[in-house]
Amino acid sequence: MELKVLDLSFFYNSVKALEEVSLEVRGGEVLGIIGPNGSGKTTLLKCMNRKLNPKMGVVLIEGKNILGMSRKEIAKNIGFVPQLSSISFPFTVFDIVLMGRYSHTKGFRREREEDLSITQKCLELTGIKHLSKRFITEISGGEYQKVIIARALAQEPKVLLLDEPTLHLDMNHQIEILDLVKNLAQRKRLVVAMVLHDLNLAARYSDKILILKKGKIFASGLPEEVLNMKNIEEVYGIEVEISRSNKNGFLNIIPISARKKL
Amino acid sequence: MRKNLVLISLSAGLFLTLLATLTIGPIRIPFGTVVKILFSKIIPIPQTWPNNFYEIIINVRLPRILLGILIGGALSVSGCAMQGLFRNPMASPYVCGVASGGAFGASLIIVLGLPQVLIMPVAFLFSLLVVFLVYHLAKIGRRIPVETLLLSGIAFSLFFSALTSFIQYVAEEGQLRQIIFWLMGGLWASNWNKVLSVFPVIFLGILCLLYFSRELNILLLGEDHALDVGVDVENARKIILILGALTTSSAVATCGIIGFVGLIVPHLMRIIIGPDHRFLLPASCLCGSIFLVWVDTFARTLISPTELPVGIITALIGVPFFLFLLRRRKRLSGF
Repeated sequence: MELKVLDLSFFYNSVKALEEVSLEVRGGEVLGIIGPNGSGKTTLLKCMNRKLNPKMGVVLIEGKNILGMSRKEIAKNIGFVPQLSSISFPFTVFDIVLMGRYSHTKGFRREREEDLSITQKCLELTGIKHLSKRFITEISGGEYQKVIIARALAQEPKVLLLDEPTLHLDMNHQIEILDLVKNLAQRKRLVVAMVLHDLNLAARYSDKILILKKGKIFASGLPEEVLNMKNIEEVYGIEVEISRSNKNGFLNIIPISARKKL
Repeated sequence: MRKNLVLISLSAGLFLTLLATLTIGPIRIPFGTVVKILFSKIIPIPQTWPNNFYEIIINVRLPRILLGILIGGALSVSGCAMQGLFRNPMASPYVCGVASGGAFGASLIIVLGLPQVLIMPVAFLFSLLVVFLVYHLAKIGRRIPVETLLLSGIAFSLFFSALTSFIQYVAEEGQLRQIIFWLMGGLWASNWNKVLSVFPVIFLGILCLLYFSRELNILLLGEDHALDVGVDVENARKIILILGALTTSSAVATCGIIGFVGLIVPHLMRIIIGPDHRFLLPASCLCGSIFLVWVDTFARTLISPTELPVGIITALIGVPFFLFLLRRRKRLSGF
Protein backbone atom coordinates (compact mmCIF):
# COMPACT_ATOMS: atom_id res chain seq x y z
CA MET A 1 0.00 0.00 0.00
CA GLU A 2 1.43 3.28 -1.08
CA LEU A 3 0.34 6.80 -1.86
CA LYS A 4 2.42 8.78 -4.32
CA VAL A 5 1.91 12.37 -5.36
CA LEU A 6 3.95 13.57 -8.32
CA ASP A 7 4.50 17.17 -9.41
CA LEU A 8 1.14 18.47 -8.23
CA SER A 9 0.42 22.08 -9.17
CA PHE A 10 -2.71 24.10 -8.57
CA PHE A 11 -3.83 27.64 -9.36
CA TYR A 12 -6.68 29.67 -7.89
CA ASN A 13 -7.58 31.50 -11.07
CA SER A 14 -4.09 32.68 -11.95
CA VAL A 15 -2.60 32.65 -8.47
CA LYS A 16 -0.28 29.75 -7.94
CA ALA A 17 -1.21 27.88 -4.76
CA LEU A 18 0.79 24.69 -5.19
CA GLU A 19 3.96 24.23 -7.16
CA GLU A 20 5.24 20.83 -8.15
CA VAL A 21 4.59 19.10 -4.88
CA SER A 22 5.67 15.46 -4.70
CA LEU A 23 5.41 13.11 -1.78
CA GLU A 24 5.25 9.46 -0.88
CA VAL A 25 3.63 7.73 2.10
CA ARG A 26 3.47 4.00 2.82
CA GLY A 27 0.72 2.06 4.59
CA GLY A 28 0.88 2.43 8.38
CA GLU A 29 2.75 5.72 8.13
CA VAL A 30 1.53 9.12 9.24
CA LEU A 31 2.61 12.13 7.24
CA GLY A 32 2.26 15.47 9.00
CA ILE A 33 1.85 18.47 6.72
CA ILE A 34 2.78 21.79 8.33
CA GLY A 35 3.38 25.34 7.24
CA PRO A 36 2.07 28.82 7.98
CA ASN A 37 -1.42 29.99 6.93
CA GLY A 38 -1.75 30.27 3.20
CA SER A 39 1.14 27.94 2.46
CA GLY A 40 -1.13 25.53 0.58
CA LYS A 41 -1.70 22.77 3.15
CA THR A 42 -5.46 22.51 2.72
CA THR A 43 -5.17 23.01 -1.03
CA LEU A 44 -2.76 20.09 -1.20
CA LEU A 45 -5.14 17.85 0.74
CA LYS A 46 -8.11 18.89 -1.40
CA CYS A 47 -6.18 18.21 -4.59
CA MET A 48 -5.32 14.76 -3.31
CA ASN A 49 -8.97 13.68 -3.32
CA ARG A 50 -9.89 15.87 -6.29
CA LYS A 51 -12.15 18.25 -4.42
CA LEU A 52 -9.97 20.68 -6.29
CA ASN A 53 -8.82 19.80 -9.77
CA PRO A 54 -5.04 20.09 -9.98
CA LYS A 55 -3.70 21.66 -13.15
CA MET A 56 -0.77 19.30 -13.34
CA GLY A 57 0.50 16.21 -11.62
CA VAL A 58 -0.84 12.83 -10.56
CA VAL A 59 -2.00 11.21 -7.34
CA LEU A 60 -1.34 7.48 -7.35
CA ILE A 61 -2.76 4.92 -4.95
CA GLU A 62 -1.18 1.54 -5.57
CA GLY A 63 -0.21 2.83 -8.98
CA LYS A 64 -3.72 3.96 -9.97
CA ASN A 65 -4.33 7.60 -10.71
CA ILE A 66 -7.02 9.11 -8.48
CA LEU A 67 -7.53 12.01 -10.83
CA GLY A 68 -9.11 9.78 -13.46
CA MET A 69 -11.59 8.10 -11.13
CA SER A 70 -15.29 8.69 -10.51
CA ARG A 71 -16.38 10.31 -7.26
CA LYS A 72 -17.50 6.95 -5.86
CA GLU A 73 -14.21 5.26 -6.70
CA ILE A 74 -12.29 8.08 -5.04
CA ALA A 75 -14.41 7.67 -1.91
CA LYS A 76 -13.59 3.96 -1.84
CA ASN A 77 -9.89 4.82 -1.86
CA ILE A 78 -9.72 7.98 0.23
CA GLY A 79 -11.44 8.91 3.46
CA PHE A 80 -11.45 12.65 4.15
CA VAL A 81 -11.92 14.46 7.44
CA PRO A 82 -12.49 18.12 6.59
CA GLN A 83 -11.47 21.18 8.55
CA LEU A 84 -14.12 22.55 10.92
CA SER A 85 -17.11 20.84 9.40
CA SER A 86 -20.49 20.94 11.06
CA ILE A 87 -23.89 19.32 10.64
CA SER A 88 -27.06 21.15 11.62
CA PHE A 89 -29.58 18.43 10.80
CA PRO A 90 -30.60 15.93 13.46
CA PHE A 91 -29.45 12.63 12.00
CA THR A 92 -28.39 9.92 14.42
CA VAL A 93 -24.69 9.18 14.77
CA PHE A 94 -25.34 5.73 13.32
CA ASP A 95 -26.97 7.18 10.20
CA ILE A 96 -24.10 9.61 9.66
CA VAL A 97 -21.51 6.83 9.85
CA LEU A 98 -23.68 4.66 7.60
CA MET A 99 -23.45 7.42 4.96
CA GLY A 100 -19.81 6.43 4.67
CA ARG A 101 -21.07 3.24 3.00
CA TYR A 102 -22.62 5.26 0.16
CA SER A 103 -19.83 4.50 -2.29
CA HIS A 104 -20.22 0.76 -1.69
CA THR A 105 -23.96 0.57 -2.26
CA LYS A 106 -25.40 0.80 -5.71
CA GLY A 107 -28.64 1.29 -7.55
CA PHE A 108 -31.98 0.66 -5.89
CA ARG A 109 -30.44 -1.61 -3.29
CA ARG A 110 -30.70 -0.63 0.30
CA GLU A 111 -27.82 -0.99 2.73
CA ARG A 112 -26.95 -4.64 3.11
CA GLU A 113 -26.25 -6.51 6.36
CA GLU A 114 -22.58 -6.00 5.56
CA ASP A 115 -22.92 -2.22 5.49
CA LEU A 116 -24.65 -2.20 8.84
CA SER A 117 -22.03 -4.44 10.44
CA ILE A 118 -19.15 -2.38 9.04
CA THR A 119 -20.84 0.75 10.40
CA GLN A 120 -21.11 -0.94 13.77
CA LYS A 121 -17.45 -1.93 13.65
CA CYS A 122 -16.33 1.61 12.82
CA LEU A 123 -18.35 2.96 15.72
CA GLU A 124 -16.54 0.48 17.99
CA LEU A 125 -13.11 1.27 16.54
CA THR A 126 -13.54 4.95 17.27
CA GLY A 127 -15.04 4.31 20.69
CA ILE A 128 -18.42 5.95 20.05
CA LYS A 129 -20.68 2.90 19.98
CA HIS A 130 -22.59 4.27 22.97
CA LEU A 131 -23.48 7.39 20.96
CA SER A 132 -24.96 5.58 17.97
CA LYS A 133 -28.58 6.56 18.70
CA ARG A 134 -27.78 10.16 19.70
CA PHE A 135 -28.34 13.07 17.34
CA ILE A 136 -25.20 14.41 15.68
CA THR A 137 -26.44 17.90 16.58
CA GLU A 138 -26.39 17.12 20.29
CA ILE A 139 -22.89 15.77 20.93
CA SER A 140 -19.63 17.49 21.84
CA GLY A 141 -16.95 18.69 19.43
CA GLY A 142 -14.59 15.84 20.28
CA GLU A 143 -17.32 13.27 19.81
CA TYR A 144 -18.35 14.89 16.54
CA GLN A 145 -14.82 14.61 15.19
CA LYS A 146 -14.78 10.89 16.03
CA VAL A 147 -18.06 10.44 14.16
CA ILE A 148 -16.55 12.01 11.06
CA ILE A 149 -13.47 9.79 11.39
CA ALA A 150 -15.75 6.75 11.82
CA ARG A 151 -17.63 7.75 8.68
CA ALA A 152 -14.38 8.05 6.74
CA LEU A 153 -13.37 4.59 8.01
CA ALA A 154 -16.71 3.14 6.93
CA GLN A 155 -15.66 3.92 3.37
CA GLU A 156 -12.97 1.27 3.89
CA PRO A 157 -10.38 3.54 2.33
CA LYS A 158 -6.72 2.86 1.78
CA VAL A 159 -5.82 6.46 2.51
CA LEU A 160 -7.06 8.75 5.25
CA LEU A 161 -6.65 12.51 4.82
CA LEU A 162 -7.32 14.79 7.77
CA ASP A 163 -7.40 18.58 7.65
CA GLU A 164 -6.58 19.86 11.13
CA PRO A 165 -8.64 17.25 12.94
CA THR A 166 -7.86 18.77 16.34
CA LEU A 167 -8.83 22.36 15.63
CA HIS A 168 -10.92 23.86 18.44
CA LEU A 169 -10.58 20.79 20.64
CA ASP A 170 -9.30 20.69 24.22
CA MET A 171 -5.88 19.30 24.97
CA ASN A 172 -7.24 15.96 26.14
CA HIS A 173 -9.41 15.55 23.07
CA GLN A 174 -6.55 16.53 20.79
CA ILE A 175 -4.46 13.71 22.20
CA GLU A 176 -7.38 11.31 22.11
CA ILE A 177 -8.14 12.00 18.44
CA LEU A 178 -4.51 11.81 17.33
CA ASP A 179 -3.87 8.64 19.35
CA LEU A 180 -6.86 7.16 17.58
CA VAL A 181 -5.59 8.20 14.15
CA LYS A 182 -2.08 6.88 14.81
CA ASN A 183 -3.51 3.65 16.13
CA LEU A 184 -5.75 3.20 13.09
CA ALA A 185 -2.87 3.83 10.74
CA GLN A 186 -0.84 1.08 12.33
CA ARG A 187 -3.62 -1.46 12.84
CA LYS A 188 -5.26 -1.08 9.44
CA ARG A 189 -2.06 -0.27 7.54
CA LEU A 190 -3.70 2.96 6.37
CA VAL A 191 -1.81 5.71 4.64
CA VAL A 192 -2.46 8.81 6.74
CA ALA A 193 -1.72 12.38 5.74
CA MET A 194 -2.84 15.16 8.01
CA VAL A 195 -2.52 18.88 8.20
CA LEU A 196 -1.64 20.12 11.66
CA HIS A 197 -1.12 23.59 13.07
CA ASP A 198 0.42 22.56 16.33
CA LEU A 199 4.11 21.75 15.77
CA ASN A 200 4.38 19.79 19.01
CA LEU A 201 1.54 17.52 18.01
CA ALA A 202 2.93 17.20 14.50
CA ALA A 203 6.31 16.19 15.90
CA ARG A 204 4.75 13.70 18.27
CA TYR A 205 2.40 11.91 15.89
CA SER A 206 4.05 12.07 12.46
CA ASP A 207 6.41 9.50 11.05
CA LYS A 208 7.33 12.00 8.38
CA ILE A 209 6.94 15.75 8.18
CA LEU A 210 6.38 17.90 5.14
CA ILE A 211 6.86 21.64 5.49
CA LEU A 212 5.14 23.81 2.91
CA LYS A 213 6.08 27.38 2.25
CA LYS A 214 4.25 29.48 -0.34
CA GLY A 215 2.96 26.39 -2.14
CA LYS A 216 6.32 24.69 -2.41
CA ILE A 217 7.93 21.96 -0.37
CA PHE A 218 10.41 23.66 1.89
CA ALA A 219 11.62 20.53 3.63
CA SER A 220 10.57 16.96 4.24
CA GLY A 221 11.85 14.08 6.29
CA LEU A 222 11.84 12.67 9.82
CA PRO A 223 10.40 15.03 12.45
CA GLU A 224 13.66 15.40 14.39
CA GLU A 225 15.57 16.17 11.19
CA VAL A 226 13.14 18.64 9.73
CA LEU A 227 11.81 20.39 12.81
CA ASN A 228 14.90 22.38 13.70
CA MET A 229 15.31 25.98 14.75
CA LYS A 230 16.64 27.09 11.41
CA ASN A 231 13.77 25.64 9.33
CA ILE A 232 11.07 26.91 11.64
CA GLU A 233 12.57 30.35 11.75
CA GLU A 234 12.78 30.51 7.96
CA VAL A 235 9.24 29.28 7.38
CA TYR A 236 7.36 30.87 10.26
CA GLY A 237 9.66 33.86 10.89
CA ILE A 238 9.82 33.15 14.56
CA GLU A 239 12.54 32.13 16.93
CA VAL A 240 11.87 28.93 18.85
CA GLU A 241 13.45 26.88 21.53
CA ILE A 242 13.49 23.14 20.94
CA SER A 243 14.02 20.60 23.69
CA ARG A 244 13.11 17.03 24.43
CA SER A 245 10.73 15.96 27.16
CA ASN A 246 12.41 14.05 29.97
CA LYS A 247 9.30 11.93 30.40
CA ASN A 248 8.69 10.53 26.91
CA GLY A 249 11.30 12.00 24.62
CA PHE A 250 8.83 14.05 22.50
CA LEU A 251 10.01 17.27 20.92
CA ASN A 252 8.97 20.48 22.65
CA ILE A 253 8.85 23.50 20.40
CA ILE A 254 8.30 26.76 22.22
CA PRO A 255 8.11 30.14 20.49
CA ILE A 256 10.51 32.76 21.85
CA SER A 257 10.03 35.87 19.77
CA ALA A 258 9.12 37.11 16.34
CA ARG A 259 12.38 37.68 14.52
CA LYS A 260 11.74 38.96 11.07
CA LYS A 261 9.13 39.76 8.53
CA LEU A 262 8.68 37.09 5.87
CA MET B 1 -39.71 2.07 14.32
CA ARG B 2 -41.69 5.11 15.32
CA LYS B 3 -40.99 6.32 11.80
CA ASN B 4 -42.48 3.21 10.22
CA LEU B 5 -45.51 3.65 12.46
CA VAL B 6 -45.97 7.20 11.15
CA LEU B 7 -45.81 5.93 7.57
CA ILE B 8 -48.34 3.17 8.25
CA SER B 9 -50.71 5.60 9.97
CA LEU B 10 -50.43 8.03 7.07
CA SER B 11 -51.17 5.25 4.56
CA ALA B 12 -54.22 4.23 6.54
CA GLY B 13 -55.17 7.90 6.83
CA LEU B 14 -55.00 8.34 3.07
CA PHE B 15 -57.20 5.29 2.50
CA LEU B 16 -59.79 6.53 5.00
CA THR B 17 -59.60 10.01 3.48
CA LEU B 18 -60.45 8.55 0.10
CA LEU B 19 -63.50 6.72 1.43
CA ALA B 20 -64.67 9.53 3.69
CA THR B 21 -64.43 12.32 1.13
CA LEU B 22 -66.32 10.21 -1.42
CA THR B 23 -69.37 10.47 0.83
CA ILE B 24 -69.13 14.25 1.16
CA GLY B 25 -70.70 16.65 -1.31
CA PRO B 26 -73.89 18.51 -2.09
CA ILE B 27 -75.55 15.09 -2.12
CA ARG B 28 -74.58 13.00 0.89
CA ILE B 29 -74.09 9.39 -0.09
CA PRO B 30 -73.89 6.96 2.83
CA PHE B 31 -70.61 5.22 3.46
CA GLY B 32 -72.04 1.75 2.84
CA THR B 33 -73.40 2.76 -0.53
CA VAL B 34 -70.06 4.27 -1.55
CA VAL B 35 -68.27 1.02 -0.75
CA LYS B 36 -70.89 -1.00 -2.63
CA ILE B 37 -70.67 1.24 -5.69
CA LEU B 38 -66.86 0.98 -5.70
CA PHE B 39 -66.95 -2.80 -5.44
CA SER B 40 -69.68 -3.12 -8.05
CA LYS B 41 -66.98 -2.29 -10.58
CA ILE B 42 -65.11 -5.46 -9.64
CA ILE B 43 -67.69 -7.97 -8.42
CA PRO B 44 -71.40 -8.05 -9.31
CA ILE B 45 -73.49 -6.49 -6.53
CA PRO B 46 -77.25 -6.04 -6.97
CA GLN B 47 -77.96 -2.35 -7.54
CA THR B 48 -79.82 -0.74 -4.63
CA TRP B 49 -78.88 2.87 -5.36
CA PRO B 50 -80.14 5.43 -7.84
CA ASN B 51 -78.27 5.61 -11.17
CA ASN B 52 -77.02 9.13 -10.58
CA PHE B 53 -75.19 7.99 -7.41
CA TYR B 54 -73.01 5.77 -9.54
CA GLU B 55 -72.34 8.68 -11.88
CA ILE B 56 -71.47 11.02 -8.97
CA ILE B 57 -69.13 8.59 -7.25
CA ILE B 58 -67.33 7.06 -10.22
CA ASN B 59 -67.21 9.93 -12.70
CA VAL B 60 -67.33 13.06 -10.56
CA ARG B 61 -65.91 12.53 -7.08
CA LEU B 62 -63.50 9.66 -7.62
CA PRO B 63 -61.42 11.26 -10.40
CA ARG B 64 -61.34 14.53 -8.49
CA ILE B 65 -60.12 12.85 -5.31
CA LEU B 66 -57.59 10.75 -7.19
CA LEU B 67 -56.29 13.86 -8.92
CA GLY B 68 -56.06 15.53 -5.51
CA ILE B 69 -54.01 12.61 -4.24
CA LEU B 70 -51.66 12.77 -7.22
CA ILE B 71 -51.22 16.54 -7.18
CA GLY B 72 -50.89 16.79 -3.40
CA GLY B 73 -48.26 14.06 -3.41
CA ALA B 74 -46.40 15.54 -6.37
CA LEU B 75 -46.22 19.06 -4.92
CA SER B 76 -45.17 17.84 -1.47
CA VAL B 77 -42.51 15.39 -2.60
CA SER B 78 -40.90 17.78 -5.03
CA GLY B 79 -41.13 20.63 -2.52
CA CYS B 80 -39.47 18.45 0.07
CA ALA B 81 -36.75 17.35 -2.34
CA MET B 82 -36.01 20.97 -3.35
CA GLN B 83 -35.80 22.14 0.27
CA GLY B 84 -33.33 19.34 0.92
CA LEU B 85 -31.41 19.86 -2.29
CA PHE B 86 -30.99 23.60 -1.75
CA ARG B 87 -30.68 23.25 2.03
CA ASN B 88 -33.10 26.09 2.13
CA PRO B 89 -36.45 26.03 3.93
CA MET B 90 -38.06 28.37 1.40
CA ALA B 91 -36.99 26.53 -1.74
CA SER B 92 -39.54 24.91 -4.01
CA PRO B 93 -39.91 24.06 -7.68
CA TYR B 94 -42.09 27.18 -7.92
CA VAL B 95 -39.10 29.31 -6.95
CA CYS B 96 -37.13 27.70 -9.78
CA GLY B 97 -39.64 29.05 -12.27
CA VAL B 98 -42.14 26.20 -12.68
CA ALA B 99 -45.11 28.28 -11.54
CA SER B 100 -44.41 31.43 -13.53
CA GLY B 101 -43.54 29.43 -16.65
CA GLY B 102 -46.74 27.40 -16.46
CA ALA B 103 -48.80 30.51 -15.79
CA PHE B 104 -47.36 32.25 -18.82
CA GLY B 105 -47.97 29.23 -21.07
CA ALA B 106 -51.57 28.81 -19.95
CA SER B 107 -52.35 32.54 -20.22
CA LEU B 108 -50.86 32.63 -23.70
CA ILE B 109 -53.16 29.86 -24.93
CA ILE B 110 -56.20 31.47 -23.32
CA VAL B 111 -55.54 34.96 -24.69
CA LEU B 112 -54.82 33.69 -28.17
CA GLY B 113 -58.14 31.87 -28.10
CA LEU B 114 -56.51 28.56 -28.96
CA PRO B 115 -58.24 25.25 -28.11
CA GLN B 116 -58.46 24.49 -24.38
CA VAL B 117 -56.80 21.10 -24.80
CA LEU B 118 -53.56 22.93 -25.54
CA ILE B 119 -53.42 24.56 -22.11
CA MET B 120 -52.04 21.50 -20.37
CA PRO B 121 -49.20 20.59 -22.75
CA VAL B 122 -48.17 24.21 -23.35
CA ALA B 123 -48.17 25.09 -19.64
CA PHE B 124 -46.09 21.99 -19.04
CA LEU B 125 -43.57 22.92 -21.75
CA PHE B 126 -43.23 26.51 -20.54
CA SER B 127 -42.68 25.35 -16.97
CA LEU B 128 -39.83 23.16 -18.11
CA LEU B 129 -38.48 25.83 -20.44
CA VAL B 130 -38.19 28.35 -17.62
CA VAL B 131 -36.48 25.83 -15.32
CA PHE B 132 -34.09 25.07 -18.16
CA LEU B 133 -33.28 28.79 -18.57
CA VAL B 134 -32.89 29.23 -14.82
CA TYR B 135 -30.56 26.28 -14.61
CA HIS B 136 -28.35 27.32 -17.48
CA LEU B 137 -28.10 30.90 -16.35
CA ALA B 138 -27.04 29.77 -12.88
CA LYS B 139 -24.42 27.38 -14.18
CA ILE B 140 -20.83 28.48 -13.85
CA GLY B 141 -18.59 26.01 -15.61
CA ARG B 142 -19.61 22.64 -14.25
CA ARG B 143 -20.77 24.10 -10.96
CA ILE B 144 -24.26 25.25 -10.01
CA PRO B 145 -24.05 27.34 -6.85
CA VAL B 146 -27.29 27.07 -4.92
CA GLU B 147 -27.59 30.79 -4.21
CA THR B 148 -27.16 31.67 -7.88
CA LEU B 149 -29.75 29.08 -8.82
CA LEU B 150 -32.33 30.51 -6.40
CA LEU B 151 -31.60 34.08 -7.46
CA SER B 152 -31.83 33.28 -11.13
CA GLY B 153 -35.07 31.41 -10.40
CA ILE B 154 -36.51 34.46 -8.72
CA ALA B 155 -35.35 36.72 -11.55
CA PHE B 156 -36.90 34.56 -14.27
CA SER B 157 -40.08 34.17 -12.22
CA LEU B 158 -40.44 37.94 -12.01
CA PHE B 159 -39.81 38.26 -15.73
CA PHE B 160 -42.43 35.71 -16.72
CA SER B 161 -44.89 37.06 -14.15
CA ALA B 162 -44.52 40.44 -15.83
CA LEU B 163 -45.29 38.85 -19.21
CA THR B 164 -48.34 37.14 -17.69
CA SER B 165 -49.49 40.46 -16.23
CA PHE B 166 -49.17 42.00 -19.66
CA ILE B 167 -51.31 39.22 -21.13
CA GLN B 168 -53.90 39.79 -18.42
CA TYR B 169 -53.86 43.50 -19.19
CA VAL B 170 -54.64 43.01 -22.86
CA ALA B 171 -57.03 40.07 -22.37
CA GLU B 172 -60.78 40.41 -22.87
CA GLU B 173 -63.17 40.17 -19.93
CA GLY B 174 -63.97 36.46 -20.37
CA GLN B 175 -60.37 35.49 -21.02
CA LEU B 176 -59.18 37.47 -18.04
CA ARG B 177 -61.58 35.58 -15.80
CA GLN B 178 -60.36 32.28 -17.16
CA ILE B 179 -56.71 33.24 -16.64
CA ILE B 180 -57.35 34.34 -13.08
CA PHE B 181 -59.14 31.08 -12.33
CA TRP B 182 -56.27 29.12 -13.81
CA LEU B 183 -53.71 31.07 -11.78
CA MET B 184 -55.58 30.44 -8.54
CA GLY B 185 -55.42 26.74 -9.12
CA GLY B 186 -57.98 24.11 -8.34
CA LEU B 187 -59.24 20.64 -8.97
CA TRP B 188 -62.62 21.66 -10.37
CA ALA B 189 -62.50 20.40 -13.91
CA SER B 190 -61.29 16.96 -12.90
CA ASN B 191 -62.05 13.98 -15.07
CA TRP B 192 -60.61 10.57 -15.77
CA ASN B 193 -58.74 11.92 -18.78
CA LYS B 194 -56.73 14.31 -16.61
CA VAL B 195 -56.09 11.64 -14.02
CA LEU B 196 -54.78 9.19 -16.56
CA SER B 197 -52.67 11.73 -18.44
CA VAL B 198 -50.74 13.00 -15.39
CA PHE B 199 -50.55 9.70 -13.57
CA PRO B 200 -47.50 8.26 -15.42
CA VAL B 201 -45.32 11.37 -15.08
CA ILE B 202 -46.21 12.05 -11.47
CA PHE B 203 -45.99 8.42 -10.39
CA LEU B 204 -42.60 7.90 -12.03
CA GLY B 205 -41.37 11.30 -10.87
CA ILE B 206 -42.23 10.53 -7.26
CA LEU B 207 -40.69 7.06 -7.46
CA CYS B 208 -37.45 8.43 -8.90
CA LEU B 209 -37.28 11.15 -6.25
CA LEU B 210 -37.75 8.52 -3.54
CA TYR B 211 -34.89 6.61 -5.13
CA PHE B 212 -32.58 9.57 -4.48
CA SER B 213 -33.36 9.82 -0.77
CA ARG B 214 -29.90 8.68 0.27
CA GLU B 215 -28.26 11.29 -1.96
CA LEU B 216 -30.62 13.93 -0.58
CA ASN B 217 -29.67 13.00 2.98
CA ILE B 218 -26.00 13.36 2.20
CA LEU B 219 -26.45 16.57 0.20
CA LEU B 220 -28.36 18.02 3.14
CA LEU B 221 -25.14 17.90 5.17
CA GLY B 222 -23.43 20.11 2.59
CA GLU B 223 -21.39 19.86 -0.55
CA ASP B 224 -18.13 19.06 1.24
CA HIS B 225 -19.60 16.12 3.14
CA ALA B 226 -21.23 14.84 -0.03
CA LEU B 227 -17.98 14.92 -2.03
CA ASP B 228 -16.13 13.19 0.81
CA VAL B 229 -18.41 10.17 0.89
CA GLY B 230 -18.50 9.90 -2.89
CA VAL B 231 -21.62 11.68 -4.15
CA ASP B 232 -21.21 13.22 -7.60
CA VAL B 233 -22.72 16.49 -6.37
CA GLU B 234 -23.26 18.30 -9.68
CA ASN B 235 -24.84 15.28 -11.30
CA ALA B 236 -27.10 14.48 -8.38
CA ARG B 237 -28.24 18.12 -8.19
CA LYS B 238 -29.05 18.18 -11.87
CA ILE B 239 -31.04 14.95 -11.83
CA ILE B 240 -33.03 15.79 -8.70
CA LEU B 241 -33.79 19.26 -10.06
CA ILE B 242 -35.04 17.80 -13.34
CA LEU B 243 -37.21 15.23 -11.54
CA GLY B 244 -38.70 17.89 -9.26
CA ALA B 245 -39.38 20.16 -12.23
CA LEU B 246 -41.03 17.40 -14.27
CA THR B 247 -43.28 16.30 -11.43
CA THR B 248 -44.31 19.80 -10.43
CA SER B 249 -44.75 20.96 -14.01
CA SER B 250 -47.26 18.23 -14.71
CA ALA B 251 -49.10 19.11 -11.50
CA VAL B 252 -49.18 22.81 -12.41
CA ALA B 253 -50.22 22.09 -15.99
CA THR B 254 -53.22 20.10 -14.78
CA CYS B 255 -54.43 22.12 -11.82
CA GLY B 256 -52.88 25.56 -12.04
CA ILE B 257 -50.82 27.04 -9.28
CA ILE B 258 -51.78 25.53 -5.96
CA GLY B 259 -49.58 27.21 -3.41
CA PHE B 260 -48.31 26.30 0.02
CA VAL B 261 -48.83 22.53 -0.16
CA GLY B 262 -45.27 21.96 -1.31
CA LEU B 263 -44.01 24.35 1.33
CA ILE B 264 -45.91 23.47 4.52
CA VAL B 265 -46.36 19.73 4.25
CA PRO B 266 -42.62 18.88 4.14
CA HIS B 267 -41.95 21.20 7.08
CA LEU B 268 -44.72 19.62 9.12
CA MET B 269 -43.41 16.14 8.37
CA ARG B 270 -39.84 17.17 9.18
CA ILE B 271 -40.97 18.14 12.66
CA ILE B 272 -42.74 14.82 13.13
CA ILE B 273 -40.37 12.39 11.44
CA GLY B 274 -36.99 14.17 11.21
CA PRO B 275 -34.78 15.07 8.24
CA ASP B 276 -34.12 11.53 6.94
CA HIS B 277 -35.46 11.56 3.38
CA ARG B 278 -35.91 7.79 3.34
CA PHE B 279 -38.90 8.43 5.61
CA LEU B 280 -39.49 12.11 5.04
CA LEU B 281 -40.23 11.86 1.30
CA PRO B 282 -42.88 9.11 1.51
CA ALA B 283 -44.38 10.78 4.59
CA SER B 284 -44.59 14.11 2.76
CA CYS B 285 -46.15 12.38 -0.23
CA LEU B 286 -48.90 10.74 1.85
CA CYS B 287 -49.53 13.80 3.99
CA GLY B 288 -49.63 16.09 0.94
CA SER B 289 -52.25 13.86 -0.65
CA ILE B 290 -54.38 13.76 2.49
CA PHE B 291 -54.05 17.52 2.98
CA LEU B 292 -54.99 18.49 -0.56
CA VAL B 293 -57.95 16.10 -0.75
CA TRP B 294 -59.44 17.47 2.47
CA VAL B 295 -58.80 21.09 1.57
CA ASP B 296 -60.42 20.48 -1.79
CA THR B 297 -63.37 18.83 -0.08
CA PHE B 298 -63.82 22.01 1.95
CA ALA B 299 -63.39 24.09 -1.18
CA ARG B 300 -66.21 22.31 -2.97
CA THR B 301 -68.64 22.14 -0.03
CA LEU B 302 -68.05 25.19 2.15
CA ILE B 303 -70.25 27.60 0.18
CA SER B 304 -71.88 25.05 -2.12
CA PRO B 305 -73.26 25.08 -4.70
CA THR B 306 -70.45 27.53 -5.56
CA GLU B 307 -66.85 26.43 -5.21
CA LEU B 308 -63.91 28.22 -3.63
CA PRO B 309 -60.55 27.98 -5.39
CA VAL B 310 -58.51 25.51 -3.40
CA GLY B 311 -55.46 27.79 -3.57
CA ILE B 312 -57.26 30.34 -1.39
CA ILE B 313 -57.87 27.79 1.33
CA THR B 314 -54.38 26.30 1.23
CA ALA B 315 -53.00 29.81 1.69
CA LEU B 316 -55.48 30.68 4.44
CA ILE B 317 -54.52 27.55 6.35
CA GLY B 318 -50.92 27.70 5.20
CA VAL B 319 -49.94 31.17 6.35
CA PRO B 320 -50.93 30.89 10.04
CA PHE B 321 -49.38 27.47 10.13
CA PHE B 322 -46.22 28.75 8.58
CA LEU B 323 -46.00 31.53 11.14
CA PHE B 324 -46.42 28.92 13.84
CA LEU B 325 -43.55 26.95 12.30
CA LEU B 326 -41.35 30.03 12.27
CA ARG B 327 -41.67 30.24 16.03
CA ARG B 328 -40.97 26.57 16.58
CA ARG B 329 -37.71 25.19 17.81
CA LYS B 330 -35.61 23.73 15.04
CA ARG B 331 -34.47 20.74 17.08
CA LEU B 332 -36.21 18.10 15.01
CA SER B 333 -36.32 19.68 11.58
CA GLY B 334 -32.82 21.13 11.37
CA PHE B 335 -33.96 24.21 9.44
